[in-house]
Amino acid sequence: MTITPDTARKVAHLARIRVAEADLPALAGELSNILNFMEQLNEVDVEGVEPMTSVTPMRLKWRADVVDDGGMQHKILSNAPDAREGFFAVPKVVE
Amino acid sequence: MLDLTYAAPEPKRIAGAKDDWELVIGMEVHAQIATKAKLFSGASTQFGAEPNSNVAFVDAGMPGMLPVVNEFCIEQAVRTGLGLKAAINLWSAFDRKNYFYPDLPQGYQISQLYHPLVGEGEVLVDMAPGIARLVRIERIHVEQDAGKSIHDMDPAMSFVDLNRTGVALMEIVSRPDIRGPEEAAAYVVKLRQILRYLGTCDGNMQNGNLRADVNVSVCRPGQYEKFRDTGDFGHLGTRCEIKNMNSMRFIQQAIEHEARRQIAIIEDGGAVVQETRLYDPDKGETRSMRSKEEAHDYRYFPDPDLLPLEIEQEWVDGIKASLPELPDAKKARFVLDFGLSEYDASVLTAEVEAAAYFEAVAEGRDGKMAANWVINDLFGRLKKDDRDITQSPVSPAQLGGILDLIASGDISGKIAKDLFEIVYTTGGDPAAIVAERGMKQVTDTAAIEAAVDAVIQANPAQVEKAQANPKLAGWFVGQVMKATGGKANPAAVNAIVTARLGL
Repeated sequence: MTITPDTARKVAHLARIRVAEADLPALAGELSNILNFMEQLNEVDVEGVEPMTSVTPMRLKWRADVVDDGGMQHKILSNAPDAREGFFAVPKVVE
Repeated sequence: MLDLTYAAPEPKRIAGAKDDWELVIGMEVHAQIATKAKLFSGASTQFGAEPNSNVAFVDAGMPGMLPVVNEFCIEQAVRTGLGLKAAINLWSAFDRKNYFYPDLPQGYQISQLYHPLVGEGEVLVDMAPGIARLVRIERIHVEQDAGKSIHDMDPAMSFVDLNRTGVALMEIVSRPDIRGPEEAAAYVVKLRQILRYLGTCDGNMQNGNLRADVNVSVCRPGQYEKFRDTGDFGHLGTRCEIKNMNSMRFIQQAIEHEARRQIAIIEDGGAVVQETRLYDPDKGETRSMRSKEEAHDYRYFPDPDLLPLEIEQEWVDGIKASLPELPDAKKARFVLDFGLSEYDASVLTAEVEAAAYFEAVAEGRDGKMAANWVINDLFGRLKKDDRDITQSPVSPAQLGGILDLIASGDISGKIAKDLFEIVYTTGGDPAAIVAERGMKQVTDTAAIEAAVDAVIQANPAQVEKAQANPKLAGWFVGQVMKATGGKANPAAVNAIVTARLGL
């Protein structure tokens, strides 16, 4: 499978990673190599094998419906580049 | 279970410039699951808190924080599935839906694309007595809600509140079985009613706890039937999705407008483009959300932080055994047990609290009479004060007491209305009030005869007129009722007046 520079540009945009136009061909090549490497896995016959979801026989942990977290507006906002009146403030996003 | 039988409604037709058109509508309803804590964190779900105070580090997408699923959210979603007669999948899994938006700090929403918790079910949508649309449910999955962005507090900035981030939602996806704007609104009404009966969602649309995305397409008459026979969407038109509506009125208006927009495009020789649109209630039109189009590449994949969700059949059976009586069954029972019309039964079962109130009043009494009093007198009076049934100053026991006094002949229907007003405004035991205020109906024939005779003697001119024209006898009845303060038994007065006047 080959990733073209166009696809690389799209993937970068979806991930909100800024990539210079000149770097796209090299990046596309690297992504193609990774996919080709992984494609070797397709050679294994997994017909009838259940997908493995955990290396140990574990089940999903559940929690009870109890409020035991939150109430820390200050801590939540402490890393924000900009916060006003208890809100995160971000450059305007309008539909 | 008792069932009433229904005929399907006619699909709505819209006349285009040349031909008639029909609508095909499918809905995705997002219902906030009624819980104390969020889906994957212990932060509160309470509405209206200080911004960013109901937020745990998991909700804020802090590095290294891991989600742990809230058991009760799953239980509530299973209960909802059972209430919609749906298949419950004992094995389901969570997936990541990736997109960027300031109110989604994780950069993805945890949802269930590939293996939803709940499979196919159905909702019977009542349109009129005897007429209902059966809408098939395709699936219900559990997912996180996003935060809230506020755009009007600052000219250059958007403000973000993460209190809603991570609150559990059920997305209830219907098949394209809805055939008009009214049906779409009625579908949401019915779904909301069932969720409220189940206690799995409070149904508060104003707070955004229940909101709907609507998929609308138009087709020529006959095409929809071909689609139902074959399952081939090729028989239907291209659909547009109208996002995020939280009022029944807007849902109807948006569908109506969107259908006409699509018809105009097709009749002009154009083609409808599949896209996401927003309804603008001020302008009464839908507009394209082009900015969302690219984000449609959600790159779903299984969430590696969460193992598959495995539940036991026994646990599901336990939830099933605890289901309350649902609206359809309750309505059918009210019709059959109390002899109510389907319309009255619908009115009484619309809200679960009202249904319980009615049952308490009707227990051991005349069901129809109880229904009339609850619907006309109680509901009417509450509406005047802008109160709902839970705020009724008259308890079921008090209203029942009034009905007992009518049934025993102690008070007339007319006096009962006055008594109701007294109980409504000042409270108290109806029987005691009747005794204290001397409101008892006079059934003693001698007393009524005396009152009739007095009126006849005082009005010789009226007697002559009435004897010439028997219709005027009503005047005497009225005078006697007035003289007795409305307490005389009207039937007895009528009989005695007729006899005394020799009519």
